[in-house]
Amino acid sequence: MLEALSAFFAQYGDLLWQETIDTLIMVTVTTVFAYVLGLPLGVLLNITRPDGIWPHKGFNSVVGWITNLGRSLPFLILMILLLDFTKLLVGTKIGVLGAIPPLIISATPFVARMVETSLAEVDSGVQEAAQSMGATVPQIVFKVLLPEAMPSLMLGGSISMVTILAYTAIAGVIGAGGLGDLAIRYGYNRKVASMMWASVIILVIMVQIIQSVFSLLSRKIDKRIRL
Amino acid sequence: MIKIQGLTKAYPVKGGGTFTAIEGIDLTVHDGDIFGIIGMSGAGKSTLVRCINLLEQPTQGSIQIDGIEVTAARGKDLLALRRKIGMVFQKFNLLMQRTILDNVALPLEIAGVDRAARETRAKELLELVGLGDQGSKYPAQLSGGQQQRVSIARALANHPSLILCDEPTSALDSLTTNSILKLLRDINRQLGVTIIIITHEISVVEKICNRVAVIDSSVIVEQGDVADIMAHPQEEITKKLLGEVSWDA
Ligand SMILES: Nc1ncnc2c1ncn2[C@@H]1O[C@H](COP(=O)(O)OP(=O)(O)OP(=O)(O)O)[C@@H](O)[C@H]1O
Ligand SMILES: [Mg+2]
Repeated sequence: MLEALSAFFAQYGDLLWQETIDTLIMVTVTTVFAYVLGLPLGVLLNITRPDGIWPHKGFNSVVGWITNLGRSLPFLILMILLLDFTKLLVGTKIGVLGAIPPLIISATPFVARMVETSLAEVDSGVQEAAQSMGATVPQIVFKVLLPEAMPSLMLGGSISMVTILAYTAIAGVIGAGGLGDLAIRYGYNRKVASMMWASVIILVIMVQIIQSVFSLLSRKIDKRIRL
Repeated sequence: MIKIQGLTKAYPVKGGGTFTAIEGIDLTVHDGDIFGIIGMSGAGKSTLVRCINLLEQPTQGSIQIDGIEVTAARGKDLLALRRKIGMVFQKFNLLMQRTILDNVALPLEIAGVDRAARETRAKELLELVGLGDQGSKYPAQLSGGQQQRVSIARALANHPSLILCDEPTSALDSLTTNSILKLLRDINRQLGVTIIIITHEISVVEKICNRVAVIDSSVIVEQGDVADIMAHPQEEITKKLLGEVSWDA
């Protein structure tokens, strides 16, 4: 057993390591960009609702509609649809670089909805208190909405990241690199079942780590918990 | 002095039409008053008081504060107006992720006061409401009564001349209610702040108000000195509200 394991790692260890790194790069870069774009979008979706602090019905419907459109396309389809756009943008359709644009485009509307939902949990009474103090809309966003929603935003972050991780595995289908790619190339095409399992195990471990780190952080910063 | 004339607020209703929450309200509040607005649930009390700092935009009528019409205030003027009126809520509405001190300092932060000055002011206010040693705690670590003290301190932060209280004691037990009412009365006496307090309990009016308006189904049915109204209630609804007291006692 041990011998088999060490033989396996001697043969595939470097490859597994390399693809794990690729997956981590894709997930991290996508998460960062998806939040850079999705966080403001989620804030806008929340504050422009009819009962929000900056109601704009038309704007809310249009942005909401675009967001839903982005979310209703399965990632695989979106990726294929965007192939030419991706090539234009980053110069390649494949590899880690080629996977990142469709990943970001797919993850951004998801993140926007996650953020919107977290902000919706903030007590309307607190927002009203801020309004009664003469707070401007940006002041309410930065001093009330975002800080009050932070524990929930953290939990949302872990859900977004795990979803993005799942997308990267799908991106393997078009040769994006990473663990999903590995599972397909070796596990499926070359029938090396051990590679399939190794990829899956690493993916599972990643999900667990993401979940626990974010839950822990969320609980740690949440001052509603009595100490 | 606050002079309200012909104030009406009609909310748009889903599916068309409007619902008139308050209608033709005439009210005068003098400087230094503790003015009670009493009525049953749904009578329009919150709507009335929320019109004063334009959290609701009135449909009709005028509100003058010290001779200046406020219902037309927009943009910067509106923000400036609100910064000079404190507000206290039934559910306290404190920021759960901020310390007590930072909650009290929030109105000052919003008004652009620098950090050192707002900390000094917030500490001074926490002393005033008897929570001088609790500044570093978070709202979840305080009792309801203590949270309401924090929110009263917060309402005072910008040196307002008027504080609006929307059922400030309705979420509290009777002992805590008394201590909060006493705090409001002390603030009124020491700082000369005018207080408008909404309630559905006549005992609140009896304990701290000098003047009262009775509101029933969107309109004010009587107003005057508390002693007069308690002694000679004219309207059925006032008698009913008074009756609850003697029944309780
Ligand atoms: N935003 C709104 N849209 C539509 N109707 C409203 C709105 N706010 C209040 N109303 C209605 O106006 C009426 C008066 O409401 P208001 O909140 O002023 O009553 P209240 O006297 O404060 O009652 P309570 O003691 O329950 O707080 C109620 O019938 C309520 O349903
Ligand atoms: Mg009310």
